[in-house]
Amino acid sequence: MSAPPERSAAARVPLWPGALAAGLVTALAIAFMWAENEWEVVGVLVTAVVGAVVARRTGWLEPATRALTQREPAMNRLAIAGLFVFVAFFHDDHFPLLMVGTVLVYLLVCLGLTIQFGYAGMVNFAAAAFLGVGCYTAAVLTVHTAIPHLLVLAIGGAVAALIGSILILPVLRTRGHYSAVVTIAFVLLFKTFLEVNDTLGGPQGLKLPSMQVLGWKFNQNFNIAEIEFSFYVSYVLVALLLVVIGFAITRRLERSWIGLSLDAVRLDETASACFGIHIARWKIVAFTLGNFMAGVAGALYALMLGFIAPTNFTFGDSLIMVSIVLLGGIGNPWGAALAAAIVVMLPEKLQLIQEYRFLLYASLVILVLLFRPEGLLPRRLRVYLPGWRPR
Amino acid sequence: MSAPVLALEGLSRRFGGLVALDRLDMEVGEGEIVGLIGPNGSGKTTSFNVLTGIYEASEGRAEFFGRDITNLSAQAVYEAGIARTFQRSRLCLPLSIVDNIMVGNHKRLRRGLWFNLFSRAAFARQFEQAFEEARELVRVFDAPLAKRMFEAVGALPMIDRRRIEICRALISRPRLLLLDEPSAGMTEDETRELMDDIMEIRERIAGLTIVIIEHEMGVIERITDRCVVLNFGKKICEGSYREVAADRQVQEAYLGVE
Repeated sequence: MSAPPERSAAARVPLWPGALAAGLVTALAIAFMWAENEWEVVGVLVTAVVGAVVARRTGWLEPATRALTQREPAMNRLAIAGLFVFVAFFHDDHFPLLMVGTVLVYLLVCLGLTIQFGYAGMVNFAAAAFLGVGCYTAAVLTVHTAIPHLLVLAIGGAVAALIGSILILPVLRTRGHYSAVVTIAFVLLFKTFLEVNDTLGGPQGLKLPSMQVLGWKFNQNFNIAEIEFSFYVSYVLVALLLVVIGFAITRRLERSWIGLSLDAVRLDETASACFGIHIARWKIVAFTLGNFMAGVAGALYALMLGFIAPTNFTFGDSLIMVSIVLLGGIGNPWGAALAAAIVVMLPEKLQLIQEYRFLLYASLVILVLLFRPEGLLPRRLRVYLPGWRPR
Repeated sequence: MSAPVLALEGLSRRFGGLVALDRLDMEVGEGEIVGLIGPNGSGKTTSFNVLTGIYEASEGRAEFFGRDITNLSAQAVYEAGIARTFQRSRLCLPLSIVDNIMVGNHKRLRRGLWFNLFSRAAFARQFEQAFEEARELVRVFDAPLAKRMFEAVGALPMIDRRRIEICRALISRPRLLLLDEPSAGMTEDETRELMDDIMEIRERIAGLTIVIIEHEMGVIERITDRCVVLNFGKKICEGSYREVAADRQVQEAYLGVE
């Protein structure tokens, strides 16, 4: 067979176009956050969009995407390095760091959604509610108990998964997109419940102490070699750690027999059943795992913000999370990362459109569905073992 | 004498007042190829659906190697060793050829979370072995197709999709294969090619038993040992192709009565 030449070609895929692309994206993100007024922001955005379109039309994007798919471990490290450069650049500036932290939290939720919606095909419009369960769990535990905060993150996830299991029965009774109805009902119920529940602060919400890990207090700025760092850097690092773990789990899940079973369940339940795939089992696995990730993200989010209120966990927020998955490319974790950055950061910087953010998301999603129906970075065919070629 | 591969006794399925399958009795011996024929709506596909756990039987009994499989779940029927194809292709079109065949291999693959997520070296070994097997199987059908294992099924022509569907059913080494109109939507040449493939598969896999639903009488004549003819859910005739083709009732069912 003609496999050997292909193999050597794969090994020779150059990394530098990917590195260049990662560098440019980092530079754009920094410029975007650095911009002082609306016009500069718009300038950066126009540059980014025009750059992306030109790169695509001229075929310059091709080597970069090839590097992204063929030189994956190196590209993963480059992406993390890019984030570190961003953090180093804004090391004492709270706002951009809070933004990055928020993007990472949203990304973790959307990785959970990728498993639920992208793989198993269960539309979950209650992502904000599961994020909220994590938040409130963290608030209650950190205020009333002395449980170590890293453990609180895990418990936040576990509680979200547990509460999600209440929904499993009604969700399993639905086929296809009808799980949307069940989850919409839940997210509406959840917010109302929080608002009338006085022990959980009612509409005023709850305050949290700052995070503390092994005596390291997250609420104060710190110095390394006489350079002062914003306290948000600590949160960003924890968020990054969680996202890396979530990313690895999502990736490995997709590249395994489980990912295949989830895809089969999404695409054809009857045929799946005829080949021994237990539909309910895999839906439960996907739903629980996704909610766990949302809960962990929520626990960290609450600690990072220091204050939570029911208004953070509305149907609208769930909609934003689902639109991130759609925008990025359903089932592609890199797409979710890119889209999370765009969707979270854009309205924060463009104060002008703050009030119209839902309008913006709606038009963005419609535009993407029109021109790139599979999202910014469409999911590719499954590669079980990266770099592997048949003999 | 050992139990037949498949034995149906009075198997029935009603949808409200409609009797889609009416007390079907049928036996299939090991290594046989049995044709299930009849006009549209005569209950052929219904019988497959009842057998494979998609529909529940209203009455009657189905045995597989002497074991009662009536109203088992679709999953349990597959685990027992019955695999099928569908009349309208039910492949996962956005997925690759390997993916689709591996769906059929479900019972032989390890499904544990730990195995799949964390013991990647063991997973890689299982994957390589399963991939090799799948490619061998595809090669029997079509050598060039075996070089395109990582391409999306949606881009393939109808005949290749049918081949992949049959491979998906065969990869788990079932003892009974149910083929639901494999020639549907294909040209005469393609049908002939596919039948050659099926005959070859049968020679390679000793003891494989096949029940095939077909409208192409040429196919039935060529590959079946025996035929069962259904009309309005009832068995009206059974025998070799020559015998059933000469039967008056069968001719009436197909051509109508003057």
